[in-house]
Amino acid sequence: MKALSVERDLARFGAARLASSVRNGAGARLGPLRLRDIDPPELPGEDWVRLTPRLSGICGSDLATIDGRSSRWFEPIVSFPFVPGHEVVADHPEGHRVVIEPVLGCVARGIEPLCPACAEGRLGNCGNLAHGHLEPGLQTGFCCDTGGGWADQMVAHRSQVHAVPDELDDRAAVMIEPTACAVHAALAAQVQPSDTVAVIGAGTLGLLTLAALRRWSPPAQLVVAAKHPHQQRWAAELASQDSALRCCAPGELTRAVRRSVGTSMVDPAGSHERLTQGADVTIDCVGSADSLSNALALTRPGGRVVLVGMPGVETIDLTPLWQREISLTGAYAYGTEVIDGARFRTFDLAAELVAAADLGRLVTATYALERHADALSHAGDAGRRGAVKIAFCGPSAGPAPDFPATRLLKGRR
Amino acid sequence: MSPTYGPSRTPATRRDRRPAPRPGLVLDVDRSTPPVLLHSGEQFRLERLPADRSRIIYPPEPLHGVDDPDRAIRDALDHPIDSDPLRARLFPGMQLTIAFDDISLPLPKMRRPDIRQRVIEAVLDIAAEVGVDDVHLIAALALHRRMTEAELRYCLGDRIYDAFAPRGQLYNHDAEDPDAMSLIGETRHGEEVQISTRAATSDLIIYVNINLVSMDGGWKSTATGLSGYQGLRHHHNVATMRATRSFMDQENSELHRSNWRQGDVLRNAGIEVFQIETTVNNDLFGDGPLAVLAKREWEWCARDRLTFLGVQKGLDRMSSGARRRVLHSWEAPYALTSVQAGEVEAVHRLTTAHVYEQQLVPVEGQTDVVLYGLPYVGPYNVNSIMNPILVMCLGLGYFFNMYKGRPVVREGGVLIMTHPTTNEFHPVHHPSYIDFFEQVLSETTDPLEIEQRYEESFATDEWYRHLYRTSHAYHGVHPFYMWYWGSHALEHLGQVIIVGGDPATVRRLGFRPASTLADALEMATDTVGPSPTITYVKNPPIGMADVT
Repeated sequence: MKALSVERDLARFGAARLASSVRNGAGARLGPLRLRDIDPPELPGEDWVRLTPRLSGICGSDLATIDGRSSRWFEPIVSFPFVPGHEVVADHPEGHRVVIEPVLGCVARGIEPLCPACAEGRLGNCGNLAHGHLEPGLQTGFCCDTGGGWADQMVAHRSQVHAVPDELDDRAAVMIEPTACAVHAALAAQVQPSDTVAVIGAGTLGLLTLAALRRWSPPAQLVVAAKHPHQQRWAAELASQDSALRCCAPGELTRAVRRSVGTSMVDPAGSHERLTQGADVTIDCVGSADSLSNALALTRPGGRVVLVGMPGVETIDLTPLWQREISLTGAYAYGTEVIDGARFRTFDLAAELVAAADLGRLVTATYALERHADALSHAGDAGRRGAVKIAFCGPSAGPAPDFPATRLLKGRR
Repeated sequence: MSPTYGPSRTPATRRDRRPAPRPGLVLDVDRSTPPVLLHSGEQFRLERLPADRSRIIYPPEPLHGVDDPDRAIRDALDHPIDSDPLRARLFPGMQLTIAFDDISLPLPKMRRPDIRQRVIEAVLDIAAEVGVDDVHLIAALALHRRMTEAELRYCLGDRIYDAFAPRGQLYNHDAEDPDAMSLIGETRHGEEVQISTRAATSDLIIYVNINLVSMDGGWKSTATGLSGYQGLRHHHNVATMRATRSFMDQENSELHRSNWRQGDVLRNAGIEVFQIETTVNNDLFGDGPLAVLAKREWEWCARDRLTFLGVQKGLDRMSSGARRRVLHSWEAPYALTSVQAGEVEAVHRLTTAHVYEQQLVPVEGQTDVVLYGLPYVGPYNVNSIMNPILVMCLGLGYFFNMYKGRPVVREGGVLIMTHPTTNEFHPVHHPSYIDFFEQVLSETTDPLEIEQRYEESFATDEWYRHLYRTSHAYHGVHPFYMWYWGSHALEHLGQVIIVGGDPATVRRLGFRPASTLADALEMATDTVGPSPTITYVKNPPIGMADVT
């Protein structure tokens, strides 16, 4: 079968890192990713099925891996060679379409008893990602035994498979996995109706987080740092009408939050610029040193920063975290959410949100596997090129969008 | 006895043997016309204008100043207009408040001694002779930034500063001090009148004015300079500015009518004002190396060309910070052309006549395209940065409104101005401007929408209040007023183009950027058609078009 696979090749990882320092996504041509003809993955057990991917999205974590920028934290929980692709809508052998919940937790690994996190349904926090009958891999797409969505075939445990409702087309379905991450992040933020919330970043994850906030916990005021005009338009489209929305460029965020909460600044425009009060909750959907430092500077004392964007090895001054007693919490993946005392699988909430907010519109372009360099370049440069989500398409995928999704918003405010 | 002192009334001196200053001029451009000088912020451009359809409005040459300014001031105080002499209006034990124009005047700053120092020293001498001890000096800055100690010393001199400031009797007006502002009443139009409590409760206010342009002075001095947001919002708004044609022409200015109504309220409330207004000539550059900037280009000699090249290249090679320091350190050798004192309105009529005598240039007919070269300084960036909003205000507010009769450019015409228009703000002086640029202009550039949606939240923002009162920041609402200042032009014009401006910044302002003047003129044809008539208004030195 055809597959894009990543091998452990330090020289290629180094070359990718060098190339990506010039331009995001440039690691696709020089790095460890190759289009190969390989054997399909074997079924690891009876509870596994073989799937045929229709669409498979390109995630920020995929780009970081291919560009050689991922943290070495992941080394013990990935296994080479692996086929990336964990945002997958695929054909099931029984004839229907499915999306996969890619976390390879205790159930998929055949581990008994379940770890405490898996027992509570918090799959993302599984402690056994390197154990069981599978090779290490935190998710499908990072494990050599399962394959991934960037191939003609892959395998999935039946616990990972969710049937796609008929009303969702492929573009909508491929948005369910990233939407689940955003739903988990929005709920982890524990936003109160009177809160002012700052969201840093309006790429796919930032925009989906806005949509999730709108659905489950709209704040009183929402300030969004969006770098590109089309992101600002999408933010205005997806945020709640119940929240007073202020969109701004990233460099303008501190002042925009100050205006929203009516507080003062310390050392304005100086090297220690910060607010005296600030946002109740800041959701960092970028995950860089700059964004996290910014989040700490504009969150009120006692407030909460939720780190959603995948960070790497960063150097930041954590003094404000300590001095202002800010809570810093991560939001990774998904599992089970509790809303008003009731428990829901995050994927079910995500599917509902994708349908309600028509999030399939965010898929800007799809590429065949053969054009992986173009696809990854497009994804790496998505903001500047007016794109949101880029995906690979398999032979059985539905028709590609006939126009860029951003055009849907042209002229709309 | 003469109520006013101007050059015609001074005794003959050696200076009077100089040739009489030449009036302003409208030059039709032909093929022999050399390239003309345009200011472009802290730099200069030489541009050749299209022949046979362009004209240049040159300001009049500087009038001769009075020979003895101190004597002229003393005589004005002793022989005021429609008022008893100042000495007769002072008495021991009285409360006297002397208010004076802030750092926004004159532009550029005046070579020392500043005329405010001369006038206030003369007033204080008389007050001391009469035995007036309770004297406060207030920088009447309304919602402008507070002056620094160095700036106050520059304007008033060390003697006044050292005598009054340490005792708390010389200070900046604070329009946001709830204990120091008084509501005096309302006009028949419902306009609230609010001024400094110290001034309102004084036995006499003496207002010391510098009338650089005809907008300044009259009741605008007290009713605006000593007021706050509560009073200013009634005339610093879009409706007023759109009905003001122009704010340099008091007879056709709704801004002035509103101020005059507020002045009536002050007068009827028994508040006594003794107005001292001064005019200066437009000698901005003197006889030194910058004299070439005031010369008409076809009169440049080889030395002028060399000097200009030296200045231009020298500035080009400097960093923007260094250029700014050099230019803001320039002290103009203005000469005092008149001083008059007494009743506010009578004084102001004479003052306005003197300003017009220096600045008016008769111009026949309007033009399709008007061209301005914006200099490095305007009223609100003295010792500071001309940020993009101030560029708009200087071009579409001040320069566009330098007319009587009709605008220089026809309705639906194009305004082209040269300025780098960078996205650069002074963080101490203009904090609310940054937010205005980032948060308001990113949403809309429509003055009415801006006024309705955003003004109040900026005006009442506690942080801006704090910075205005304790730092050196313009008030939170000030960038709105700058935008409103250009609202008449925005309504009148078909297009605005900034030559040399940073494209993203210019677009945020709602204008179009052009790399060269030729490009700008080509772009203008989209709006006014091919081969438009072009008028370049050379300013500085300051001139004002009287368009018939």
